[in-house]
This record gives sequence, C-alpha cells and structure tokens, in this order.
Amino acid sequence: MKHLIGKLMLTLFTIALISATPPVVDSYKVGDQAIDFSLKNVDGKMVSLSSMKGVKGYIVVFTCNTCPYAVMYEDRIIELHNKYAPQGYPVIAINPNDPDVKPGDSYADMKVRAKEKNFPFNYLMDEKQEVFPAFGATRTPHVFLLDANRYVRYIGAIDDNAQDASAVTVNYVQDAIKALQSGNNPDPSETKAIGCTIKVKS
Amino acid sequence: MVYTLIFYLLSGLFSYQELPDNEYDIAMDSMTVRVMNYDQFKPLLNQNNDTTYVVNFWATWCAPCVKEIPYFVQIDSIYSNAPFKLVLVSLDFKRDYVQKLMPFVKERGLEDYVLVLEDNRANYWIDDIDPSWSGAIPATLVFNGARRKFFERTFHHVDELNDIIKPFLKN
Repeated sequence: MKHLIGKLMLTLFTIALISATPPVVDSYKVGDQAIDFSLKNVDGKMVSLSSMKGVKGYIVVFTCNTCPYAVMYEDRIIELHNKYAPQGYPVIAINPNDPDVKPGDSYADMKVRAKEKNFPFNYLMDEKQEVFPAFGATRTPHVFLLDANRYVRYIGAIDDNAQDASAVTVNYVQDAIKALQSGNNPDPSETKAIGCTIKVKS
Repeated sequence: MVYTLIFYLLSGLFSYQELPDNEYDIAMDSMTVRVMNYDQFKPLLNQNNDTTYVVNFWATWCAPCVKEIPYFVQIDSIYSNAPFKLVLVSLDFKRDYVQKLMPFVKERGLEDYVLVLEDNRANYWIDDIDPSWSGAIPATLVFNGARRKFFERTFHHVDELNDIIKPFLKN
C-alpha cells in the first residue's frame, strides 16, 4: 500500500512538473473544436461566435494595428469579409496584443483604425489575452477558419504573397472556404507565413 | 535589370549589382549586403564543420528584433577567438532595402553579419528551416554540425542568449 502511495505521489509530482512547464506548441490543429469567447468589439458591444446567427463558418483572424504584415493585409481582410460574409463566412478580427507592450494596439487605437478603414467586420480586443493562447495563435496576422460547429478547418496565412497582393498565386483562405462550400477538406489545411510576434509582458 | 536602373535613378549612392542566379548585392557607399533566395541561402544552414553558427531572423520593422540585435553582436565579440559565426538574416520588405535596411546596417556596423533572404515561398522555407517555427520573428537557429536548436522567442539579455549558445561551443 505504501509502495502504491509512493508511486501515486511520484506520478502526481511528475504531472505537476509537466504542467508547470509551458508547452512549446499548444495550438489548435485542424479538426479540433475551438472554444467560443466573448470579447469587446470596437463598437463597445460584446461579441461571441454563438451570437452570430445563421453563419456557416467563421474566419477568425488574429491581427492588429501595428504589425506591418497585418497592415499589408488590411484591405485583403476587408475584401474577404465583403465577399464571404454574405455567403455565411464573416471575418472576426481579434487584436491579441498587450497595449502596454505595443501602445499603438490599444482599444482606443483600434477604434480609430476601424473607423479610418471603415472595417465592415467585428474587430475585437483580447483584453485578458486568454483567447489567442487557447487558439494557439503565435503571430499577426494568423487565420483560423472554423466551420459552423467551430471545428478548425484551416490554419495559417491569407494568401501566398504578403508584400504584393497583385502577385498572389494562391488564395489560401478563399480556397479553404470554397472547399468547405463544396463539402471538401481544405488542401492545404495549414500554411505558414512570416509575421509579428504577439506582444505579451515579459 | 529594371531594378538596377530604378535604384541608380533613385540615388547615386546606391546600386544593385546583379549576380548569377539572381543573387545580388545592395551597395551603399563602400558597404554591400547580399540578397539571396532560399535555395541560395540554404547551404549555409547545412555547414558541417567545427564552427557554431547562430542564425537570427529579423527585420527593421520588427521592434523586438531590433532590440535584441546588440546582444547578438556582444555574443560575437565574446567568441571572437572561437569557431563562431553570427548571421543576421533580414526579412525586410524589398521597398525598405534602401531607405531603412541599409542605413540601419551602416549605423549599427552590421555589414559583416547581415544578409537578406528574399523569397516569397515562406510556406515552404519556414518549415524547411524548422518545422516548429510558426513564422513569427524574431527567431534564432543555433547549430554546430548535426546539433541544432531552434528558438522562436525574444532574448532580453546577453546572458539569456549566451546560456543557449555556450553548450554548443563546449564539445
């Protein structure tokens, strides 16, 4: 019995040790079901995925005001929403950055930017910085395409050319939505791109 | 060719010297920085000798990258007598080479360390450099022969950086 308790203690200790170490990669994988969340939009209202009725999916984009890559993609994110929201796939933009670390990404700055660019989509602040780690977003911009049941179907870049929209050869997100619309799995279902780190207090 | 012409027109100080296989140098005054695509860059990551290579991916637009660069330069001076090589791989935008990158390299005296990776196929080469890399910068690869470690993180002090590099130099 003592032996068993010892073993149990050791196991518990090991579990405690493992959970104390932050996981290196703990992001959603394609096929995982994403959590819902409730975050403040630039219009002051709280927005959750479940509050959006009649949608077929969600284009969740972690993005911000300050990252040059995010800025280069602003117009393309607007276009994505304008094209696909009427088809049931709205963009939900989330700013994951801590404004103490990146002052240009404050809620007030988000409101200014949303107004300047006339964002047609919700632009939410991940104030407690709990949503981006749940998704495992690591950079801006970082897209997670979810289906109606919040299952992750595509993760990655918007397209294959950040610097030049006119030189894009593959529209990853659009192709992924088209795949969902025709009942297929997006291919590729994951892509990578250079981007800015998400700003947290060190 | 067109770019060479444009940059000559933009400023007499700058020039683009095109090289075979589209590799080229950006020149400013007497300083040059090599621009290459991933195929041209990749052999550097497969050097198999006694040297410890520290390869840092950065850009002038990346604030945390710019902040940690002095620590890398300090490390290079710490190991000036050791088989050690620092490479600062700029992922700057093409439009910023002349206006931002070159003045930065000059001001910080980084000419010996900097090269530019210019390749749109990020979805290919990010995984090829390290599958654990999400693509966020700064990111740093340290290797010595077959031993290699990849860090998608920021360094806040030279000691933090040295802690990860030191083991590679003690064989």
